[in-house]
Amino acid sequence: MVTHRSETDAEVRARRQPGQLSDTPNGRDSRRRHWLPYVLILPAVVAELIIHVVPIVLGVWTSMTQLTQLHIRDWTNAPVIWFDNYRHGLDPAGAIGSALGDTVLRTLAFTVLVVALSWIIGMLAAYVLNTRVRGARGFRLLFLVPFAVPTFASVLAWSFMFSRDQGAVNHVLVDQFGLLDERPFWLIGDNAFWAMVVVAVWRLWPFAFLMLLAALQGVPGELDDAAAVDGASRWRTFRSITLPAIRPVNAVVILIMGLWSFNEFSVPYVLFGPRPPESATLLAALIYEHSFVHFGMGLGAAMNVLVLMFLLGVSLLFLRLFVPHGRRHA
Amino acid sequence: MREGPGFRWFRRGVLTFLTLITVVPLYVVVSSSVKPLADVQGRFSWIPREVTLSPYVDTWTTVPLARYLVNSLIVAAVSASLALLVAVAAAYALSRFTFRGDRAFRLAVLSTQMVPGMLFLVPLFLIFSQVHTWLGIRVIGTHAGLIVTFMTFSLPFAIWMLTGLFAGIPREVEEAALLDGLGRIGVLLRIVLPLARPALAAVGIFAFVIAWGEVLFASVLSDADTRTLAVGLRAYITQSTVLWNELMAASVIASVPVVVGFLMLHRHLMRGLGAGLR
Amino acid sequence: MLAGCGANDAVTSDDARVSYWAASMTSSITRDEEVLTPQLEAFTAETGIEVDLEVVPWDDLWNRILTAVSSGQGPDVLNIGTTWSASLQATGAFIEFDDETMQAIGGAEKFVPTSLSATGADGQAPVAVPLYGQSYALYYNTEMFTEAGLDTPGTWDEMVAAGRQLTLDTTGDGEIDQWGVTFQGGWSGVSAHLMFILGRQNGGALLDAAGQPQFDSEPQVAAARRYLDLVATDRIASPSVAELTGAGPATEFAQGNAAMVIGQATVRGVLADLGFADYGVTRLPSPRTVRDGGHDTSTMVAGTNLTVMDTTSDRAAALELVRHLTDIDAQVELNLAYGTLPVIEAAYDHEAFDDDHLRTLRDVLREYAEPFPQVPEAGQVESLLGGAMKELLARVATGDVISDDDIRAALRDAGQQLEVGR
Repeated sequence: MVTHRSETDAEVRARRQPGQLSDTPNGRDSRRRHWLPYVLILPAVVAELIIHVVPIVLGVWTSMTQLTQLHIRDWTNAPVIWFDNYRHGLDPAGAIGSALGDTVLRTLAFTVLVVALSWIIGMLAAYVLNTRVRGARGFRLLFLVPFAVPTFASVLAWSFMFSRDQGAVNHVLVDQFGLLDERPFWLIGDNAFWAMVVVAVWRLWPFAFLMLLAALQGVPGELDDAAAVDGASRWRTFRSITLPAIRPVNAVVILIMGLWSFNEFSVPYVLFGPRPPESATLLAALIYEHSFVHFGMGLGAAMNVLVLMFLLGVSLLFLRLFVPHGRRHA
Repeated sequence: MREGPGFRWFRRGVLTFLTLITVVPLYVVVSSSVKPLADVQGRFSWIPREVTLSPYVDTWTTVPLARYLVNSLIVAAVSASLALLVAVAAAYALSRFTFRGDRAFRLAVLSTQMVPGMLFLVPLFLIFSQVHTWLGIRVIGTHAGLIVTFMTFSLPFAIWMLTGLFAGIPREVEEAALLDGLGRIGVLLRIVLPLARPALAAVGIFAFVIAWGEVLFASVLSDADTRTLAVGLRAYITQSTVLWNELMAASVIASVPVVVGFLMLHRHLMRGLGAGLR
Repeated sequence: MLAGCGANDAVTSDDARVSYWAASMTSSITRDEEVLTPQLEAFTAETGIEVDLEVVPWDDLWNRILTAVSSGQGPDVLNIGTTWSASLQATGAFIEFDDETMQAIGGAEKFVPTSLSATGADGQAPVAVPLYGQSYALYYNTEMFTEAGLDTPGTWDEMVAAGRQLTLDTTGDGEIDQWGVTFQGGWSGVSAHLMFILGRQNGGALLDAAGQPQFDSEPQVAAARRYLDLVATDRIASPSVAELTGAGPATEFAQGNAAMVIGQATVRGVLADLGFADYGVTRLPSPRTVRDGGHDTSTMVAGTNLTVMDTTSDRAAALELVRHLTDIDAQVELNLAYGTLPVIEAAYDHEAFDDDHLRTLRDVLREYAEPFPQVPEAGQVESLLGGAMKELLARVATGDVISDDDIRAALRDAGQQLEVGR
């Protein structure tokens, strides 16, 4: 029912779509409105159903089965074991539960670091390029390149640069500047985590830059100027005027980057190969290993469902806290 | 705002730093791609001792790079076009109509962004294989399977951005056209789309970039004939020698088309982002 | 030659076709195709069966097989790693090479016996047959050894002593630029294989008779100690080995940066590509005093197997291809091209394999080889144990002092993940 109306519906609509063509003067059109929007969204709904919804439902079912190599061939008849996979995953004393717990913490640390660094760098770039500076266009083009280069190409290049003996990174740190005496490893051991953070930030900050620059350009300059006349410092103007003005964008940017980072798979996979060092094993890699290398697709699916629930919870909380009412649909 | 000398130095510093971190890795890729193999295997040096273009020649025969390139082009172009088509329809519905379920639809589309790819990789594969069993239509190892999958990856973003853009197009024009007897679809095709053309190009390039770079699904859903660049380039890293110079040359070849397209259209992308965010 | 071959008679249709997934064995898919195509064309000319070849990179092969098994959409004939045999056998998606099937491909007796030991779980009919043989061995630089007056190392201690003597600062800049030994320490698979081999030498086993992991048993801990000490206390391997994979160690060896390299038979191919010939091959030595129950094992049965999916629409034609690839002509040509070891006895009589190095490697494979545990969890064992060892070696390489307790704890943890995973 399209034309169902109530007070609240109308209010919501009025707030959300101020220019809504709600009452068309053309009678023919108003009859058509019953089905037209549904027809228009139909292709998207069908695509989402096939590629996302049905597989997710199937994935949830898988998480309650003992889908191992013994059953993969006739997977529809894999024995149902209900919540045993979840029990393994959530048992902090067990080897798998404790590995999952460690990995969640590591993935959170990775996410926070990558999002924070990408945001700071992106904000710096957006802020200085939103002023009148010579060559702004050139810089803007240049800064977008890391985002446009395909992941596999740029991450392979980084893995080449991080090689201990042949890499550019150690060449700079040890041979040229002599900052370190020993050549450190970047692709194995504890440093691998930092190598992964560097690569992820290098790839992601242009996205923050692009979004934040778009947002800053929407902030009227008069606000800043007025503040400047009042003698406020640049930093104070930024904090008390610019930041609040772009708050909704900020929230969306941070949420999107957070989700991407939390689910990051390609960067460590290309950087370290199918089995990353422990310090650089993120959730996606752990689940990949259990599902594919260990043939434990049921257990892997259970881990996936746990991750999904966690992300849904965090995202909803985040939206409630940081996105003003009425914009939540975006 | 007045720019004091302090700020100017700050800006200079920031821009220098950002230029360095952007350019240096790109320089390493390009300079390594013109070094002979013996040089890339030894200690790193900034200046190539010898410049050779042979990696750019040999890389085409070491792996079937041309085949991968064609596959990537087909898959990325078709999936981006389809994503545009589907997203335009959905975004127009969302920006012009209020209907029961529109909120749920928006939320559902966006929340698919949260789902770890790993969760539906295996089931998707199983479904595709069942399609073959039940209907006799091969999906795995075909371009179609990759196209449909990648299309949905860019849908949420495309719908979100286009909804914002369409909402920003003044309605007066449309109303006039409607009064003139042009139907809704006519309005969409003749009035809205021409106005949104640059934004469509920007969304298209975004969808293209996503399909071009996807690694995980492509490695499972493609075979030798349909393998894309993203998966194919991994073939360089085999059990034996890694031909780093050829790998870097192939990376350059794989990057240039998307980078150029992206940079050409980035201003529209930004305008679209601005509209989507407002 | 084909007369009397039972399987051949069964191929009746003129347009028989089989699809074949070959694992990539060179640094280039194109080169793999060039190596295989003449063999497959000869096969088609001989039998009338067309072959659709797809070369799959090793990294992708496992996933591709997994998807083939779950969908029933796969090739007829395919290559698998020897350590995957029992895992894949458990899926039930591959044919059994029972006596009759073996007869169809020329009889089990044509194969080098040890190479048949890594083709499936004990007590069951094999799920695959060997195709390309590999064995671990110790390669040494003959020039350096002669100059230093050293003999071929016969025991682990002799190897370490030789390594000490040859670990040198040849340029006098205070940095060691020639190391005693190098190996693929950055590759978890190889770490797991070496743990198996060194553990067997110490009288250990990765799994007990009931299939329970024994990674942290005393012999295994001692094996890990021996391995890590190459970097930690013997200091005959550069810390860089912790990052080395692929052809890295062989390249270091050829460039004179290491006096010895531990590697598989394919090291020869890399050395040949680099034009390096001044080397000898010997079996990977074991400790001087083999402990109670210890073995002379110096390699696992490594390499590539060949199998047939049971969804094949033309089993006879698929077996024909298996027969062809494991017969003398293909064995000689392919193993020669890939630098691997023939898996049939007859090939070693061929003049192309009249080579001391190859004879040594074959003897190692024949006399001193044992299969990696042939259990469904072999893939996990490889990944968990190899991953743990890679982490330990990385810690050693960065200067951490690792105690036996640290080793025990890391190995126990890897074992526990295996148990729960069942």
